[in-house]
Amino acid sequence: MERQGLESTELRLGLPGGSDGGGGERSAKKRVFSVGGGWEADVCGGGKNMNMDLVVGWPPVCLHRKKSICNVTNLYVKVSLDGAPILRKVDLSCFKGYWELGMGLEELFDCYGIVEAMKEENKSCEYTAIYEDKDGDWMLVGDVPWLMFTETCKRLRIKRRSYVDGIGLHEDEKIET
Amino acid sequence: MVYSLPEEVLEHVFSFITSDKDRNVVSVVCKSWYEIERKCRRKVFIGNCYSVSPGIMIRRFPEVRSVELKGKPHFADFNLVPEGWGGYACSWIDKMSRAYPWLEEIRLKWMVVTDESLELISTSFKNYKVLVLASCEGFSTDGLSAIAANCRNLRELDLQESEVMDSSGHWLSHFPDTFTSLESLNISCLGSEVSFSALERLVARSPNLKTLRLNRAVPLGKLSTLLQQAPQLVELGTGAYLSGVRSDVYSALSKAFLGCKELKGLSGFWDVDPSYLPAFYSVCSRLTTLNLSYATIRSPDITKVISLCPNLQRLLVLDHIEDSGLNALALSCKNLQELRVFPSYLYVADANVTLTEQGLVSVSQGCSKLQSVLYFCHQMSNSALITIAKNRPNLTCFRLCIIEPRTPDYLTHEPLDIGFGAIVKHCKNLNRLSLSGLLTDRVFEYIGTHAKKLDMLSIAFAGDSDLGLHHVLSGCEILKKLEIRDCPFGDTALLANVAKLATMRSLWMSSCAVSIGACKILSRKMPMLNVEVTDENGTLDPKLDSCLVEKLYVYRTVAGPRSDMPGYIWTMDRDSANKI
Repeated sequence: MERQGLESTELRLGLPGGSDGGGGERSAKKRVFSVGGGWEADVCGGGKNMNMDLVVGWPPVCLHRKKSICNVTNLYVKVSLDGAPILRKVDLSCFKGYWELGMGLEELFDCYGIVEAMKEENKSCEYTAIYEDKDGDWMLVGDVPWLMFTETCKRLRIKRRSYVDGIGLHEDEKIET
Repeated sequence: MVYSLPEEVLEHVFSFITSDKDRNVVSVVCKSWYEIERKCRRKVFIGNCYSVSPGIMIRRFPEVRSVELKGKPHFADFNLVPEGWGGYACSWIDKMSRAYPWLEEIRLKWMVVTDESLELISTSFKNYKVLVLASCEGFSTDGLSAIAANCRNLRELDLQESEVMDSSGHWLSHFPDTFTSLESLNISCLGSEVSFSALERLVARSPNLKTLRLNRAVPLGKLSTLLQQAPQLVELGTGAYLSGVRSDVYSALSKAFLGCKELKGLSGFWDVDPSYLPAFYSVCSRLTTLNLSYATIRSPDITKVISLCPNLQRLLVLDHIEDSGLNALALSCKNLQELRVFPSYLYVADANVTLTEQGLVSVSQGCSKLQSVLYFCHQMSNSALITIAKNRPNLTCFRLCIIEPRTPDYLTHEPLDIGFGAIVKHCKNLNRLSLSGLLTDRVFEYIGTHAKKLDMLSIAFAGDSDLGLHHVLSGCEILKKLEIRDCPFGDTALLANVAKLATMRSLWMSSCAVSIGACKILSRKMPMLNVEVTDENGTLDPKLDSCLVEKLYVYRTVAGPRSDMPGYIWTMDRDSANKI
């Protein structure tokens, strides 16, 4: 059987950003099965695991087991807002993506601008959402795919610009405790 | 002159033949054997419920006592089969309830079952004994109440991984006090609490209970009570395996396990507190099956347990076992036949977990009876795969999932073609294979050339062109189930191998390069196939032949196109190739 040239149809479907070894040219058409909708598909511009969370059914772990791994009850994380003495808790499994999380946080603390800040990475935003990951590092919310974020996020924090300027992270943590 | 044995004698001889395959062979020897066999067949297995209709089954086999059906395609497990796809058990149960008053066993997998059907089962069959609902959905505890209340001779109730709508924990109390025949109960999938007192009383009055799989909600403190009532248990699934610091729970549990002299299999182990593990050490030496795949305990604890289980044949575990634990497994468990290692995180590689290809290589080296492998990991190399293949030519099932799609050999950055090639070349009895990692058409050439005993193949994110698919379809002589996702396989390979599809149970292709036009041609050429096309997004134009199909499911059938599909699935009509 002759090898078919498929260039004209450009039908190399698969993950964008995949490795380029092996086969010939690959014009990888972006095929995204959006699980939660929202703007993650547009925003995530690079990175190896960029679209992993948007690929349905991978890795091939059955639903029953997935629920156990993702351990729905453990997706409750504490959220603190600089200047607010009382912390809140949110269930990350309630949100399908960063946009919904941002909206949820805005509602919880009655403050506007968190969603904008996540999208824009704008230094002039009043709020910045950061999170502590399972290694204990503080990371900017929004860099990694949503599902990866829910797996690694241990607690959330919304920093206010007025608190950030001139004050290091350690200082802030002292104020909280 | 040809002697022929009297019918009764043949029937008696046939009664010793229980395997479906053998029965099928017997039935095609000659017409009279076909007639005799069909009248005395007791067990029917239907791997695809749409391949035949209940009416056809009933007409051919009037004396059936046990029916097993599978509905949705295997990829339903991974959310690839949309809601409302089908697999309804209703019409089967309806017809069987009228045709088989003596039916004793129903086993369903990936099917949608309603409470009405369960109620019908409970009242229609005089001697009903076994109900297995694996990965099913559509029913609630109300249906279970009916089963409990009405099936006086029930032996087995197994709800393996089904989605059950819990409306009441009291369904267990519907088993009457006179009900004592229970041998096997699996309620591990139930989300909410069952009435513990009802459970305890049920266990206490079931002297033949051999298998008991509890759900997560049954507290550890209650487990010892149950074990004391049922020391004859052979298979036990615990609930959540943790408790407070009360030492009386530990000592009671330890004592209860000591009394379980027949215990061979353990599972459950949600939320494990490692300090409670030693409570079951006393049964370890007899264990043949151990399922720790929900236990997030670390490698040292897992290793300790494994080292106490020299008779282990089957181990299911999380990647927390790490290479070190697998090395210990290779040393301690020389009778190991099956190993399944699941990922503890789905999307991130846990930096604290060192599970690599080395662990699997160790086990392949140390466990000479190893036949079946399911392994999730983040890295693999061709050299490791070649070593595994040479160590274990007796492998029959090899399912490797390298979590990130298209990952190459981490040492050489080459595709993993030659590694998997070695697997199919050395493991001559391989009947099930799942591929992952970076793979070109070459791996499919190897598979087509060597994997002559392959029954089921799962492919994802692999291959370069139709040649890959063609190698598989033309080379794998007894392939029955092929499931493919996100591969550049399309029309050419499919249409070059249409006859092959009639010898298979089913073919699933999603996110590949198959066009509507090809589906129409396939359907016209092969009237014994149902060619089902999914278009959830509503973007498919059935008149535009070049339009690509999202999901394609092709299967052989004698029942014609099915009529229970949702609006976004069409069967290619064989006469006019129009949307039905």
